[in-house]
Amino acid sequence: MGSVRGVRTALASLLLLGLVLGAWQLATIPKTATAAGNAEYQAMVGSHKAGLPSPIQIAQTSWRHLRSPFHDGGANDKGIGIQLAFSIGRVLLGFALAVLIAIPLGFLVGTSQLLQRALNPYIQVLKPISPLAWMPLALYTIQDSALSSIFVITICSVWPMLINTAHGVSSVKREWLNVARTLEVHGLRRALHVVLPAAAPTILTGMRISMGIAWLVIVAAEMLVGGTGIGTFVWNEWNNLSLANVIFALLMIGLVGMLLDLAFGSLTRLVSYQE
Amino acid sequence: MKRNDGETTGSTDETSGTDRLVEQTLLRKVFPNGTTRRDLLRTAGAAAVLSSLSNIFPLGAAKALAAEKTGSLEKKELTIGFVPITCATPIIMADPMGFYSREGLKVSLVKTAGWALIRDKMLNRESDASHMLSPMPLAITLGIGSRQDPTYVAAIENINGQAITLHSKHKDKRDPKQWKGMKFAVPFDYSMHNLLLRYYVAEHGLDPDRDIEIRIVPPPEMVANLRAGNIDGYLGPEPFNQRAVYEEVGFIHLLSKEIWDGHPCCAFGIRDEFIKQNPNTFGALFRAIARATVYAHKEENRKEIAQAIAPANFLNQPVAVIEQVLTGRFADGLGQVRSVPGRADFDPFPWHSMAVWILTQLKRWGYLKQEIDFRRVAEKVFLATEARRRMAELGIEAPKDNYARHTIMGKPFDATRPDAYLSSFPIRRS
Repeated sequence: MGSVRGVRTALASLLLLGLVLGAWQLATIPKTATAAGNAEYQAMVGSHKAGLPSPIQIAQTSWRHLRSPFHDGGANDKGIGIQLAFSIGRVLLGFALAVLIAIPLGFLVGTSQLLQRALNPYIQVLKPISPLAWMPLALYTIQDSALSSIFVITICSVWPMLINTAHGVSSVKREWLNVARTLEVHGLRRALHVVLPAAAPTILTGMRISMGIAWLVIVAAEMLVGGTGIGTFVWNEWNNLSLANVIFALLMIGLVGMLLDLAFGSLTRLVSYQE
Repeated sequence: MKRNDGETTGSTDETSGTDRLVEQTLLRKVFPNGTTRRDLLRTAGAAAVLSSLSNIFPLGAAKALAAEKTGSLEKKELTIGFVPITCATPIIMADPMGFYSREGLKVSLVKTAGWALIRDKMLNRESDASHMLSPMPLAITLGIGSRQDPTYVAAIENINGQAITLHSKHKDKRDPKQWKGMKFAVPFDYSMHNLLLRYYVAEHGLDPDRDIEIRIVPPPEMVANLRAGNIDGYLGPEPFNQRAVYEEVGFIHLLSKEIWDGHPCCAFGIRDEFIKQNPNTFGALFRAIARATVYAHKEENRKEIAQAIAPANFLNQPVAVIEQVLTGRFADGLGQVRSVPGRADFDPFPWHSMAVWILTQLKRWGYLKQEIDFRRVAEKVFLATEARRRMAELGIEAPKDNYARHTIMGKPFDATRPDAYLSSFPIRRS
């Protein structure tokens, strides 16, 4: 019975997709141009306007990119695989730095009520700053555009992790801490064997949110800084007003973002526990 | 063009020039009598004579020694930033067409998203040299809109080649007096585009700060903004004026050539520090770019250049659009095909008078607050004398003078009297 329902859901999903794509395709059938001027003039203005591309055009563009994902046509013309690798590399680096900062700091903040209250106003002010607003400052002080984009990722992914870690640590059950005290488990041993496992699901949820933010930020940062990466790819195709390429890049960004999220989802399941 | 085009082509390389010089000197020494030498060369042929001479004279070694006089390159791998517009043509084409490699340079051209980033990457030392807007080195040297860092214009890249594009809905608003309240875009504060647009509307009686709105929009984003109706028009670099016509969202109202024929636009910018630390590399870079500029100046090379710079690695634009910009035969967006030779042109000489004009306009619109000696700053930042010397070495004819008289919208500009010029404008901030 369940499998029949599954098939029906899948069918409905596909039908919906087909309907949307079909309507899109119909809507983007090129209209016969009625441009002014003589034949030479008409040849000079684009015969195929860079309007919204049809699904078939997008499929063709995607196939062209996916066929040679690692092609290298110079510093500003690299295949989609190379661009994604650059972006993922930056995200992981920035994210790792954020983990190194946020988790120890979160532990500290979570264990001390005083520190929590003292730091709270600063965290609240710094948290909502848009990632790109950091960029001019970063470029000026760090003096390196590649490091600046990594810094921006770090600073934006630090907050959810910090807040979640602090929250997870501070809400470890009193009873468990009391048991630890009775058994004379203190210091680092208590942090690693009692607090960390207890807070792990909350911490990982924070990391998962941070990873999502980091992936959002990298695209914007690369559009601003250029060089390499999927954001640069989007910017470069925007220059050329090539929406088919932009839409292809959007699909890729979505896909990679989903994979990263799935990876953290399964990590979260590994550390979650039933009370 | 005051340039000896007959003798200098981009494809002549300097090494073979030196080689010929060594060969001729050798022939003269061995056969001092001119008549005998010419008779011998005619009957036996120069190649045969030289090959028999090389048996008794180490010709190869002499050639290598003569070439060595330029000195070895301090730095062979260079990073040069550029914004993907046709102004950068010489800097870009020098890569695919081999002008850099012929000088022994390995240049990586880095496409950069906008002018603020071009500035920051120069200040950061991420770029060794950069495609810049010609007012930028003046601003950076003076420390306005930037950290102060002595940066120079080693050569001008292009002259003319910009345009005012208006949205198609403004086809009946060809008189700037009707532009009150409209929104325009320019690529950067410190750009010829900004200064020329301000000059143009002010000559028509509009105050660019009060009667119209001028926004900074990176060139590649101009067409998208025009289509969306965020702006009514722009004075922007090519290919984005022609691209607006190609997309049928706008029309070309006026070419910048019609405001000031021969105005500078972009420059080959370099830091003082780089020239001091790498004099030979700088020399090689100058040679490559000056040769590319001279090559780009020639009309017959334009189609080939359009093909070379259009791919994704460089401009990432349709060849058809770039060809219309570079050949000067283009659709204007109003149903006409226009033919304007010199619509976009290339000339490396950095006139001091151009720099003085830029400074007077920066002062006029309040970007430059402090009192400066216009000519002294101009002569420091635009390396005209240096360019003339290097151009002479390449056999490119350079102007004799560093100052020229320019005419902008029919009004003469005398660079020797900048203060009088400045106070002659009724609309100004200072």
